[in-house]
Amino acid sequence: MSKYLVNLKINNIPVSVEEGTSILEAAKKLNFSIPTLCNHPDLTVAGNCRVCVVEVKGAKLLAAACATPVSEGMDVSTNSQKVRTSRKHIIELLLAEHNSDCTKCFKNGHCELQDLSSEYRVGDHVFLDLVKPKDKIQDISSPSIVKDDSKCIRCQRCVRTCTELQSVSALAVINKGDQQKISTFLSKSLHDVVCTNCGQCINRCPTGALTEHNYIEEVWNALYNPNKFVVVQTAPAVRVALAEDLGFEPGMRVTGKLVSVLKKIGFNKVLDTNFTADLTIIEEGTELLKRLKKALVDKDENVALPMMTSCSPGWIKFQEHLFPSLLNNLSTCKSPQQMFGALAKTYYADKINVKAQDMVVVSIMPCTAKKFEAGRPEMRDSGYQDVDYVLTTRELAMMVKQAGIDFHKLEDEQYDSILGESTGAAVIFGATGGVMEAALRTVYEIVTGREVPFTNLNIIPVRGMEGVKEATIKIKNVKPEWSFLEGVNLNVAVAHGLVNAKLLMEKVKSGEANYHFIEIMGCPGGCLGGGGQPIPTSPEIRKKRAEAIYAEDASMTLRKSHENPEVTEIYKEFLGEANSHKAHDLLHTHYKVRKRY
Amino acid sequence: MSKIDLLVKGLVEQHGKTRNSLMPVLQGLVQQERFLSEEAMLVVARELDLAAAEVYGTASFYTFLDTVPRGKNIVRVCKTITCHMKGKEDIVNAIENTLKIRTGETTHDKKFTLLTANCLGWCHKGPVMLVNDEIYPDLTPQKAIEIIEEYATLNGH
Repeated sequence: MSKYLVNLKINNIPVSVEEGTSILEAAKKLNFSIPTLCNHPDLTVAGNCRVCVVEVKGAKLLAAACATPVSEGMDVSTNSQKVRTSRKHIIELLLAEHNSDCTKCFKNGHCELQDLSSEYRVGDHVFLDLVKPKDKIQDISSPSIVKDDSKCIRCQRCVRTCTELQSVSALAVINKGDQQKISTFLSKSLHDVVCTNCGQCINRCPTGALTEHNYIEEVWNALYNPNKFVVVQTAPAVRVALAEDLGFEPGMRVTGKLVSVLKKIGFNKVLDTNFTADLTIIEEGTELLKRLKKALVDKDENVALPMMTSCSPGWIKFQEHLFPSLLNNLSTCKSPQQMFGALAKTYYADKINVKAQDMVVVSIMPCTAKKFEAGRPEMRDSGYQDVDYVLTTRELAMMVKQAGIDFHKLEDEQYDSILGESTGAAVIFGATGGVMEAALRTVYEIVTGREVPFTNLNIIPVRGMEGVKEATIKIKNVKPEWSFLEGVNLNVAVAHGLVNAKLLMEKVKSGEANYHFIEIMGCPGGCLGGGGQPIPTSPEIRKKRAEAIYAEDASMTLRKSHENPEVTEIYKEFLGEANSHKAHDLLHTHYKVRKRY
Repeated sequence: MSKIDLLVKGLVEQHGKTRNSLMPVLQGLVQQERFLSEEAMLVVARELDLAAAEVYGTASFYTFLDTVPRGKNIVRVCKTITCHMKGKEDIVNAIENTLKIRTGETTHDKKFTLLTANCLGWCHKGPVMLVNDEIYPDLTPQKAIEIIEEYATLNGH
């Protein structure tokens, strides 16, 4: 059904847009930008901050451009005196309830409210300062997220994010009027409520009310400590997003520069989480085949299928809270970050003759939930905390600036060896569908001896930004030892964003779904849209990062995890075979039932 | 199964399991229990498949859905401007002296909680107070005390 076109004028320029378009969108078409705070491209319209007010001829009151649909003959002014004066007052009123201690704020220089205040040249203390002293006490209970109510302007982007994108609702609006605030259940600390630590709220907070729990100083201290050997690992999605925080456009691949800058900052070894991503595929692929064998050959009814991926710590905690009855379906594989930590302080430490207690493992992650994951009591299989500090992509960008390094001018460098080699299959872990694609490239080849039947190994059905993706792969002409899989249709599903994960889990729980293998990533778009990635985020930005991920994959010589020579080496030298006893000790874990209520 | 469990299950059966039932279920609970305890909110969240914070958000928005313990009888004296001008302060003082509590508090025997309320819509007959669901207009301090004493006797004081 084609929509009607509506004709209107914005700042005296005629424009025709589809019925239902907001004034904000229509103005964008004419390249007039209207300031917004509560509006966000990933979320429903709220219309509560009012900074987007515009004047509509004939209307008594100013209209919120984000929440007012166009109508025929409308005559809109986005920049009249009345509009400018009102916006300025609105910003000043927001500031009256905002702790404007900008110089000491983690978001200083990255704050939408600060930008608007600067743009509108707000007056000094036009209104009384109404910030409540008790709101200045930050909630630092979570290892991932810091909540500071004194910075909150109640735009409710975080509440909508947590509900609409993640279906968690750790945060809600409580009370009303001047008592209104964004709160957890009974205002408990974030650590004590059902929060997955995904950090999507941080990505959308326009101020410093929600930020990551940062560990920048701790990492500098480790680097300055002559008795510590500091190794760093970088997640796949960091290399396609870091540049955004350093002045480049979204979608820029900076793998070589990333390595170079980490060396210049002073890390003793710059290694790659992609190496353990490849290792994950071997461990997880083997685990899947074992489960399938148990189900199909041994007719074991207790085998938990579909098997689900376990790389995304936000998703893991979500499952522990919301679907504890499905915990056995999760792969027992640790995430690549944690596999790396466990190997760094055992195999690698031995190899390079460094004592595990003198080694500090730092991860650069697109993720805030990884900070929580690193501190889980299960993640100490090396005898020490396997991963010491987790920094987000944003924190690394800050360190780059602090170090005074001109990122633009850096030459590309190579990851150190060992634990630095990786394949294209590992880099696509950063996009939704990537783990599935990487696993299929390997599993299919193990079983049939042939490459997956997709042009250039690109398994298109599991790529893209659709919330839930499904694919079926027919397994034919298998090797003799895998005869039980001959003719089997392998049903897989991929979901990203916890709202989609929940939909899929409900189907699995009810028995409606008939999958063998499911990939879930907690964040929209997968890790490339993670809670630790550069701000802002939007569907367009995530699309560009995804294109960069797949371009990186296509550019690699090796594109299948089982072809990673360092992976082959570590099995030969240290682990034995996939899912061996040693592999189980170091690379696998178990999960914990957590309360939903 | 706890008393709250049973109560919530009954209310959910009566009003349905959808998001729309949240208000009537909370109202029903307050009618029975006088306030919404942590346990009660968690049970409601579980029964309606909502997040606990969402239930708390709704409960905390409405003045008449209390989230702290209240007495058997809740006295709400209107504090808005007309009643204020007509002597609401004397009414509050009289009740405070009778019950030996301050506004916002609950008596030791948990029989009474004294609160103030925003406009109850009875400006023409102020000062007014609400005891549970009953409105008492044209108050004088003496009248207010008598009403309170009546409730005290009614409840077997």
